[in-house]
Amino acid sequence: MSQQSASQRPASKQPPEQVRRTVEAVWRIESARLIAALARVTGDVGLAEDLAQDALVAALEQWPARGVPDNPGAWLTAVARRRYVDTVRRAITFERKAAELDIQAKLDTKTENPMDEIEFDSHVTDDVLKLIFTACHPVLSRDGRVALTLKLVGGLSTEQVARAFLVPTPTMAARITRAKKALADAKVRFEVPVGPELAHRFASVLEVVYLIFNEGYAATSGESWYRAELCDEAMRLGRMLSALAPDEPEAHGLVALMEIQASRIPARTGPGGQPVTLLEQDRARWNRLLITHGLAALATATATATAANSAGQTSQRGPYLLQAELAACHARAGTAADTDWPRIVALYETLGALAPSPVIELNRAVAVAMADGPAKALAIVDSLADEPALRGYHLLPAVRADLLARLGQADQAREEFERAAALTANDSERAHLLRRAAAAAAG
Amino acid sequence: MRVMVFVHATEDSEKGDYSSHADEFEAMGKYNEELVQAGVMLAGEGLQPSSHGKRVDFAADGASSRVIDGPFAEAKEVIGGFWIWQVSSMEEAVEWLRRAPFRGQQVELRRILEPADFEGQLPPEIIEDEARLRAQTKSPAEG
Repeated sequence: MSQQSASQRPASKQPPEQVRRTVEAVWRIESARLIAALARVTGDVGLAEDLAQDALVAALEQWPARGVPDNPGAWLTAVARRRYVDTVRRAITFERKAAELDIQAKLDTKTENPMDEIEFDSHVTDDVLKLIFTACHPVLSRDGRVALTLKLVGGLSTEQVARAFLVPTPTMAARITRAKKALADAKVRFEVPVGPELAHRFASVLEVVYLIFNEGYAATSGESWYRAELCDEAMRLGRMLSALAPDEPEAHGLVALMEIQASRIPARTGPGGQPVTLLEQDRARWNRLLITHGLAALATATATATAANSAGQTSQRGPYLLQAELAACHARAGTAADTDWPRIVALYETLGALAPSPVIELNRAVAVAMADGPAKALAIVDSLADEPALRGYHLLPAVRADLLARLGQADQAREEFERAAALTANDSERAHLLRRAAAAAAG
Repeated sequence: MRVMVFVHATEDSEKGDYSSHADEFEAMGKYNEELVQAGVMLAGEGLQPSSHGKRVDFAADGASSRVIDGPFAEAKEVIGGFWIWQVSSMEEAVEWLRRAPFRGQQVELRRILEPADFEGQLPPEIIEDEARLRAQTKSPAEG
C-alpha cells in the first residue's frame, strides 16, 4: 500500500473511468443534502435539482483534468450557488422594469453568500427530511414517488432508476419530469408537515420506502428472484428516515422489518436459483449482522411506541412494527421447529384488527396450520375463496395446495399447485410450483 | 456491498489515554452521526488497548495452540476500532472515509466477502457443507 497521503488526487494517476466512479460516489453521498439545502433557499425542488445537476455536470467536466477536490461536497455547493446567483441575475435582466427592486432585494439578502448555511448541521438534516416528504408527496402517483425518492434522496441516476425498474431510460426520465411538474403545479411546499397531516404524509413516506424494498425483494416481473441493490437502497433510506425522525416508532419498525427480511436473502435461493421457502432455508446462511441490527431497531421501535403511549399520544404498535415482530419471531428461532407459532398467530390477529386485509388472513392461515394443523387453516383459506382482492393472487391456490397436500388430498393439491403456477409472473416461482404439482401427483 | 473499516491504534489509545483527545472524540461523534443519518453505518466500535487483549497461536499442524497475552507489537499494527458500512461501491466507501476526522493515521478499507466470491473457487458441496456444519454447531438439536 502506498505511503503517500496526498489529499488532492491528481488526475494523471486516475483513469477517467475511475474519476467517473468517484464523481458518482461523491454524488451518492452529497446529492440529498445539496438538493435539500438548495430547495430551502430556492423554495423549488425542481430548480434545486437542476442546479445540483449543473454542479454534477461541471464536476464530470473538470475533475478528470484537475483532480478530485479535497472537499468535494463544498465544491459542488459552490458551483450550484454560482448557478443560482446567475439564474436570479438572469431573471433580473428579463424582468428588469417590473421586478428589479424586488429581486435585487432578494439578491442582496441572499447573494452575499446565498448558500452560506449549506453545511452539515441540524438545519440540513431538517432539509433532508423535508426533501423526503416532498418526494413522497401523495399528489404524486406511486411510481412517481418511488422514482423521485430514488433520484432526489437516494442519489441514483435516472439510468440507474430505469434499470432497477426494468424500463427504458427515456420512460423513467419522463416519469421524473412529470413528477416534478406535478409538485410545482400543486404548489407543494418544501416543509415537514405538522398536525393531522403529518400521520398521513408519514405513512406515504414509509410506503414508498417499503415499495422500493419489495421491488428488490421479490421482483414479480423479472426473471431474477430479487434485486438486492434496491433492497440495500431501501434499507439505507429507512435508516436515514429513522435517524431524521427518531421519535417515530414506525420508522424504526420499518427498518427492523426490512433488515430482518433482507437477512434471509442469501438463503432464499438454492444452487440452481430455485426459491427456498422460509422454513426450509439454511439458517446458517442468514446474515447475522442484519439480524442484530434489525432486532436492535425493533427494540427502539417498541421503546419509542411505549414512550409515545405513556405520553398520552394515540400511538400504538403500527403495521410495520407488528410485521417486524413477525419477522423477528423467525429470526430468533434457531431452527424452523423452534418457531413460536402461537405468537405469530396472535401477531397476525393484531395486525388484522389494525388493518383488515385478506392477504393478512391468508398469512394467518399459514401460521394457524403450523400452530394447530392444516385442517383448521384450510377452513380459513376456504373462507377467502371469493375475496375479490385475492382474485388472480397466486399465493391463495399455492397455500391451499400446500394444505391439501398435507391433508393427503393429492389430486386436489396438484390442481391447486398448477392453478398457482399459471397465475405467477415470476419464472423461478412458477418452476417451483410446477415441481410441487408433479410431486403431489407422484404421491 | 458491505465494507469493514480498520482503524489502527495510536500510542495514546494503546495507553487507554483518551482524556487529551476530547476534541477528536467530539469530531468523531459528529462524523458517526453523519454516517447514521446517511443510513450507511451497520456497526462501529472502539477496542480496548491490546494490553487487555489475547492472541491464540495455532501450531502449523493445527494440533496444539498457545495463548499469548497483550500488549502486541507496535501500536500502528494493532487494530483500535472498526466500522462496518453498507455502501454502493468501494469508491463510495473511500469518499466516506475521506470525510473522517483522523490525523496522522492510516485507515484501511476492505470489502466483506459475499457467498458469490467463493463461487468457482470452491466446489459448491464444500460451501454447502461448511454452511451445514455451522448450522449444526450453532444448534445441535437440528435434525
